[in-house]
Amino acid sequence: MNLRGKQVTLHDNTLRDGMHPKRHQISIEQMVAVASALDEAGMPLIEVTHGDGLGGASVNYGFPAHSDEEYLKAVLKVVKRAKISALLLPGIGTVDHLKMAHDLGVSCVRVCTHCTEADVSEQHIGAARKLGMDTVGFLMMAHRLDPEGLVKQAKLMESYGANVVYVTDSAGYLLPDDVTVRVAAVRAALSPQTEVGFHGHHNLSMGVSNSLAAIEAGATRIDGSTAGLGAGAGNTPLEVFVAVANRMGIETGVDLFKLMDVAEDLVVPMMEHQVRVDRDSLTIGYAGVYSSFLLFAKRAEKKYGVPARDILLELGRQGMVGGQEDMIEDTAITMAKARAQAAQSAA
Amino acid sequence: MSKKIKCALIGPGNIGTDLLYKLKRSEVLEPVWMVGIDPASEGLARAREMGLKTTADGVDGLLAHVREDGIQIAFDATSAYVHAENSRKLNALGVMMIDLTPAAIGPYCVPPVNLREHVGKREMNVNMVTCGGQATIPMVYAVSRVQAVSYGEIVATVSSRSVGPGTRKNIDEFTRTTAGAVQKVGGAAKGKAIIVINPAEPPLIMRDTIHCLTVDTPRAAEIEASVHAMIEEVQQYVPGYRLVNGPVIDLETNRVSIFMEVAGLGDYLPRYAGNLDIMTAAAARTAEMFAREILAGSLTLEAVTA
Repeated sequence: MNLRGKQVTLHDNTLRDGMHPKRHQISIEQMVAVASALDEAGMPLIEVTHGDGLGGASVNYGFPAHSDEEYLKAVLKVVKRAKISALLLPGIGTVDHLKMAHDLGVSCVRVCTHCTEADVSEQHIGAARKLGMDTVGFLMMAHRLDPEGLVKQAKLMESYGANVVYVTDSAGYLLPDDVTVRVAAVRAALSPQTEVGFHGHHNLSMGVSNSLAAIEAGATRIDGSTAGLGAGAGNTPLEVFVAVANRMGIETGVDLFKLMDVAEDLVVPMMEHQVRVDRDSLTIGYAGVYSSFLLFAKRAEKKYGVPARDILLELGRQGMVGGQEDMIEDTAITMAKARAQAAQSAA
Repeated sequence: MSKKIKCALIGPGNIGTDLLYKLKRSEVLEPVWMVGIDPASEGLARAREMGLKTTADGVDGLLAHVREDGIQIAFDATSAYVHAENSRKLNALGVMMIDLTPAAIGPYCVPPVNLREHVGKREMNVNMVTCGGQATIPMVYAVSRVQAVSYGEIVATVSSRSVGPGTRKNIDEFTRTTAGAVQKVGGAAKGKAIIVINPAEPPLIMRDTIHCLTVDTPRAAEIEASVHAMIEEVQQYVPGYRLVNGPVIDLETNRVSIFMEVAGLGDYLPRYAGNLDIMTAAAARTAEMFAREILAGSLTLEAVTA
């Protein structure tokens, strides 16, 4: 693979996707420290929002330690070069949230839908474009749709005003060839002015390889997190990605050693559990389940005695999509009832 | 009862057509007009086959016939953007509006919770909130009538096939209107609404999760009894309203979670589209109550000049 001279814009997700393994409890001080250090390392884009995007504060996804507004204000005050982005899932957040973020100085928004439902993003992408924001369409769970299907959805987002469209591997399920065909198809179908991005999860340890496949297929924006802090087994670990990029001659403009230090000195000590490929996050990647279901499934295992792996497999079988966190407890209860009944009739 | 109140339906899409099936069965309502904007629309053709008069000229095409055909109640199943204008024009002729869009210019109506409150108020426009609101607000209320609810949150998951272009274009109206009604009708001090669209095949039956945070420790037995009683109320007009799990009561966080499933009657829309069925069933039930009042002479509709 020859990617020498390719220019790629990195988008750090430590403080947004990283909210999932932190149960949305990152402190303002931690946010500020990580964002400043990333800025210092030359990270061009840093996302700061509740793990489930603007307005994600809820019983269903978890109440954060601070509001989106508080986090954004604190980070915007300290960064000098980096642009700050916010995530928005239509159905959870609204254009009101978007305007709040824009008013604070957020200049990039990523509007996410399940990969088959791009047409719920028209309102939000349209509003962001009107505000002059760097407007990104984010097609989640991209493994659930073939390249032709993704192309249609990507074109919808482009038609609403997105200047970047992401192929988002929310489940960390895709293998490099799957990424290649999807990104290549979307790249070929969109106007040359529209950028294509890739967001990976590391559940099958494919974060870096998949990102390289995406770049080869035409992606110019790559997501990841320092130390991989993110849902499931985490995101593409950015310090690893930059090391590989340096070796291959991909230009990221980010300082490798500074990024390593952010990961090692700031992010790893923040972790409540080691974000890694364990039995359950591996199941997520293997079965194609939304990565942020991980901790909910582990909690349901504790409460209802059904192994998280079994719950996750069942959620995958039923085709659950991002946002259906409520169905994890529901599924665990239903499975526990069925198992108790089966045990009783066997006795 | 031989006399029926004559009705018009505006919007011959999925909701309007499903509602038409339900009105055809009503003892007190008689659907007479179906209003659309596309002469080639399948929905208008279907309504004609079912014996309705139709116009493709929008509400303006109906206005001239309101008096001669004695139309007294109209259902608006178009969009939040055109509803206000439709309502103004028809109210001016003394036609009462049942609003199935999230426009919410009139007071919210969730039948098992506050239908009776609307009696005798001479309202000329009532709003049916949203499908997610109809499916969940009875449960929020079932908790709040037992004890104070500081926060009510609902998650409505609907099959991709059951979500029309109107909802997709204006999904924010859904979340705002539903959250507002979780407070105003459901009785939660603060409300939040989330909608998730799922494309699984075969399509999933509508699922609704209701999370309430109570001010004091939840009184489990009373909440359980109240929830079950309320489910029976809803089942009177939506037989497929079913408790899947819960109420889960967490004494540490004062959380009450209720997991519902809503299967439709399968009138025009398939059974999985419980979200649309509960909307049309609630609208029909609401209109029937007003119709009974009109027939009994206790309600006279009067023209509203804006």
